[in-house]
This record gives sequence, structure tokens and C-alpha cells, in this order.
Amino acid sequence: MKNDYFYIPQIEKRNAKAKRFHILVSSAIITTMAFLFFFLFTIIKEGIPAFKQSYIQVDIEITQELVENPYAINATLDKDIAKFISRSWTRSLPSQIEKNPDWIGKTVSLSALTNADVDQYLKGNNHKLSQDQQQKLDKMYEDGIIEFKFNKIFFTTGDSKIPENAGFFSAMVGSVLTMLVTMLIAVPIGLMTAIYLEEFAPDNKFTQFIEININNLAAIPSILFGLLGLAIFINFFGVPRSTPFVGGLTLALMSLPIIIVSAKAALKTVPESIRQAGIGLGLTKWQITRDHVFPLALPGMLTGSIIALAQALGETAPLIIVGMIAFVPDASTSIFNAATVMPAQIYTWSGMPEGMYIEKTSAAIMLLLGVLLSLNAIAIYLRKKFQPKW
Amino acid sequence: MKKDLVSGALDNRKESIYAEDIVKIKTQNLSLYYGEKEALKSITMDIYANKITALIGPSGCGKSTLLRCFNRMNDLVPSCSIKGLIEADGNNIYDPKIDVVAVRKKIGMVFQQPNPFPKSIYENIAYAPLMHDMVKKGKECDELVEKSLRGAGLWEEVKDQLQKPGTALSGGQQQRLCIARTIAVEPDIILMDEPTSALDPLSTKVIENLMLELKKHYTIIIVTHNMQQAARVSDKTAFMYLGELIEYNDTEEFFVNPKEKLTEAYITGKMG
Repeated sequence: MKNDYFYIPQIEKRNAKAKRFHILVSSAIITTMAFLFFFLFTIIKEGIPAFKQSYIQVDIEITQELVENPYAINATLDKDIAKFISRSWTRSLPSQIEKNPDWIGKTVSLSALTNADVDQYLKGNNHKLSQDQQQKLDKMYEDGIIEFKFNKIFFTTGDSKIPENAGFFSAMVGSVLTMLVTMLIAVPIGLMTAIYLEEFAPDNKFTQFIEININNLAAIPSILFGLLGLAIFINFFGVPRSTPFVGGLTLALMSLPIIIVSAKAALKTVPESIRQAGIGLGLTKWQITRDHVFPLALPGMLTGSIIALAQALGETAPLIIVGMIAFVPDASTSIFNAATVMPAQIYTWSGMPEGMYIEKTSAAIMLLLGVLLSLNAIAIYLRKKFQPKW
Repeated sequence: MKKDLVSGALDNRKESIYAEDIVKIKTQNLSLYYGEKEALKSITMDIYANKITALIGPSGCGKSTLLRCFNRMNDLVPSCSIKGLIEADGNNIYDPKIDVVAVRKKIGMVFQQPNPFPKSIYENIAYAPLMHDMVKKGKECDELVEKSLRGAGLWEEVKDQLQKPGTALSGGQQQRLCIARTIAVEPDIILMDEPTSALDPLSTKVIENLMLELKKHYTIIIVTHNMQQAARVSDKTAFMYLGELIEYNDTEEFFVNPKEKLTEAYITGKMG
């Protein structure tokens, strides 16, 4: 049905063009979403089993001798069962006995950690067990002698060469300590620099040169900051390597330009009329900035700082260079002890051949993503909460 | 036609009861440069105490620039330089020994767009006096807030909602809040840069009446685009064109009997 009054030449062609463009852009979104879902699905599918761990019920006659040589239990137990128990559990037996001295001389029923092969077999992954052992395990699982429990070890221990004993705790502590150093250094310096450049600095060639350099620093590959950290902090100032202190300093260098750029952007959004009002009242620059401009820019500054810290939290490359990729079995207690961080631990585990490290890698990625998502959520919440009401 | 409108406005004007001619601001051979460009050309004019002086002229004629010379707002423009003299009560305001902040406290300013701080009405007014150590927190400060709001004719409207954000008020109320904020620091001179151009006619009228009230205590200089407004409220009117002061006279004389051809062309709407 053709209407001559509302006729425009080539209208169908133009509409078709718009439609094609619409399909093109939406397909880009769909592709991105597909990749994201595939990634999350794989990680979660691989990672979920790591949160449970198989334990075996064993009756052990506790003697004084076990305190000196816990491996003696292997002789008293069934030969196969002895093979199912984790070495790390046997090793921890003396300390368990010390905590419960009344056990000595009695036969106690204990829930023992199984080794990685048993756990992996029961979860349906690769293992090195014989046909015989498999049948035996199936039977014990049916009888309830072997059962799955929540994997506390993953959240309470550090890295270990015994896969079933490896945990994420020391990496989490390392990350917290490193982020603390980064935050305490980068946020105040970054915000103050931004306030100076935006509010106080004269607009001349020199400050323009500085600003261009800061903007460019934000785009420098992170590994170069690692080299800088190595050269300055470790080689020149002699800061101990592998520590959260040097890692935090290095990440602070990396976060600074991002914090400065975002804080400057936040200050730019404060209307000029507010500054003019203050000047008209005879207020000093400092009073205007502190009481009128800064509060208005604060939500944006907080958001930018948190995003920068979240990025630093997920950074691996510069930390490898300052030695934070080290094997760290115990959680660090100070910023001057050797530590590793979450992404570095993930990197280490991802190169391990044992199957159990695969699921631990995925579980660790899930934790890291969880932390990053909550940081972003906090940033959004803070921005909403402190948004000035006009 | 336009001239009739203006003279009509003149008739409605209240006569100034404070007619003694005391020079408050003395401007001598004031030239201002933005880089190489001369924006103000050797301006010489006296501003009289307790009078409203209106600066009019087409866009870009330098009237706002001149206004901003009086409280040294132009200092903030990096490429700006000044020659000549401005004295307030005999004191050179560009004297390097004088703190610019003190100049701006003595010579307050109200802007084109109402710009209250995004804080409560109370804080909007109390902030600057507290910073200038004029009052102490508490009763003294409360009294000053009330006095200033009364002075700006806003007290009756907001006395029960002093904790409400200043930005929640209507445009006209916001502008009166800004005036209250300015008079709270007890200036001598109030500069107004097109204070009603963002307001509706009713709010404009309220502000204009307020200005007539304020001139009893302050010297007011107003920049306006609206010639009728100049005719309605001002005692003296200055016409500027391309950075030059063309004509400066008593408002009545200025509109009824302009001396210069340019002035006549402008006020009759043949130019600008």
C-alpha cells in the first residue's frame, strides 16, 4: 500500500541498512557474552569440586612412638588403606596427639585426609590407581568409610608440594598485605597529585608536560613497572625481595597514574560555578578546595581508586619480577616476610602437572574473581551513596 | 518605541533617598589586556556610594570584564594583565601588599547563575563568616544567618527549613540565598553579574526590589543585558562599546537625553 503523501524516496533501503547495522552490533554483544559465559562455565565446572575433599575413616592405635615417627602407622594399617592416606596428614599426626594427650594408649577412630589420587578417582578425574585399589575404594565409598567433607584445607593453608595439602590462604594474606601497602602509598599520593594539578598548578608548558607523561604512564605495560621496582626498590634501596612491601610499592607505581587520571576527571566534573562562588566570598583556594570541591569530587575519586586497586590486585607480571611468585607455604605475618599473591599462586598452580592442582587453580580463580567483583560493587555503592544531591 | 518602554520604567523607579555623592570606587585609565588583545581601553569612571551603577552594552563590550576588575576576579585568567588604577575608598586594590582574598571579602560578588554550595541553607551562609573568623559557632552564627537571610528577604520563606539543601530552592530563592551569603561576610560593595538573567520575571522583580533595599547599606554595581532593568533600578548608567566607556551619566539623563550617538543608537534598539 503506497501512500503518496508520506513518501520519501528509498525509505525501504534506508530502513534495511539500519536493520543490518542493528544486527551487526547486537551480534558483537552476543559474541562477547558467549565467550564470557563459556569462560565462567568452565571455571566454575572445574573449580566447584575443589571445595570438597575426601576423608577416610581409620582406627589407629596411638602410641608414644607415633609422636617420634608418625610414619609407623603405615605398618599397623591395612596395606592399601595406608596408601590412601595423605602423607601430609600422617606428618601432622604428632601435633594432633600433642593436642589430645589422653589419646595415648587407646585406639582412636580418626578421619584421615586421603591423597590426591583417591580424591581425584572419586571425583572422576585422572588417577594412578590400580584396578584392585579402585574396587576397594568403590566399596569403602559405598560403606561410608570414605566420605567428602568441605575442604577447609584450601582456605587455611599455604602452597604445598603435596597437592591435597595445598591451600590458598597464604596467597590471600599476601594479597591483603600487598594491597594495604599499595593503598596506603598510591591513594594519598595519587589524590594529592590530582588535586594539585587540577586546582593549584599554574597552566604552563611544564605542568602540561607532566600531565601528558602521567597519561602515558597509565598505558605502559605492567611488566616494566616490575623492572622499575626491581631496579629502584630492590637494587638501589635494598628493600627485601619477595615481600608484600616491595610488591606493594611496585603496584603503587603502577596504580598511581590511573588514580591520578581518574581523580583529575572527578575534579573536572565539579562545576566551575562552585569555585567562583567561593572566590567571590573571599575564601582561600585551600578552603574552597577542601570544603567545597573535594567533597563533590570524592565519590568519583573513590571509584577510580578502587578500580585501580582492583586492577593491581589482579596483576601478576610486575610481581614476578620482584620475586613474589615464590613458593610460600606459610602465611606471611608482616609486610617484610616473603609472600605470594592470589594471581601469582594461580599462575604457579596452573603450571603443575598433578590433576588436583587443576581444580584448585579454577577454585582460586573463582575466589579472585569474587574479590574483584565485590570491589567493583563497593565502588558502585560508594559512588551512589556519596553522590551529592543537587 | 523602545525608548518609551524605557522611560516608562524610569517613572516607576523609587527615588534614591541617599543621594549624597561620595566616591566609593575610583577608576583611572584602566586598561586590561588578554595577551595582546586590549579588552578594556583606558576606562575612567567614579562609582558612588549607596548607589546602584548599571553597566550596559552589547555582548563582548567588556562590561563583565570591568566588573571582574573590581574584585580582581581577572587575576585568575593567566594571560590577563592590567594597567591603570582602581581605588576603593582611596585604597589601591591592585596594591601588591594587599591580599587579594581580603579584597574579595570587602567587595562581594553575585553571579549570573545562582550557585549555592550543595550544602544546607544554613551552611551556605555560615561557611564564609566562620572561615573569616567573623562569628563563633552557635548562637552568634545563628543570629548572623538570620540577619543575612532577612537582609536578602528570604528569611520568612526558609526559616523552618534551614537544614534543607540550598540547591533544593527555586531559582529566584537560590539567587537570594547567594545574595544573603554575600552580605553575610559584610562587604562594602556588591558586584552583580547579570543576577536576574537566569530568572523568571516574577523572581526578577523580587531581586530588583531587594537591590533597591540593599543600596541603603551597600554600593552596588550591576551588569545587565536588560536596559529596562537598568532604567528601573540604577541611579547611574554606563554604556560600554568595544572595551570603551562611551557614556556615563545619571540614569534618567542617560536614557532621556543621551549625549552620544552610539548610546542613542543602542538604547533605541538600532544597534547591538
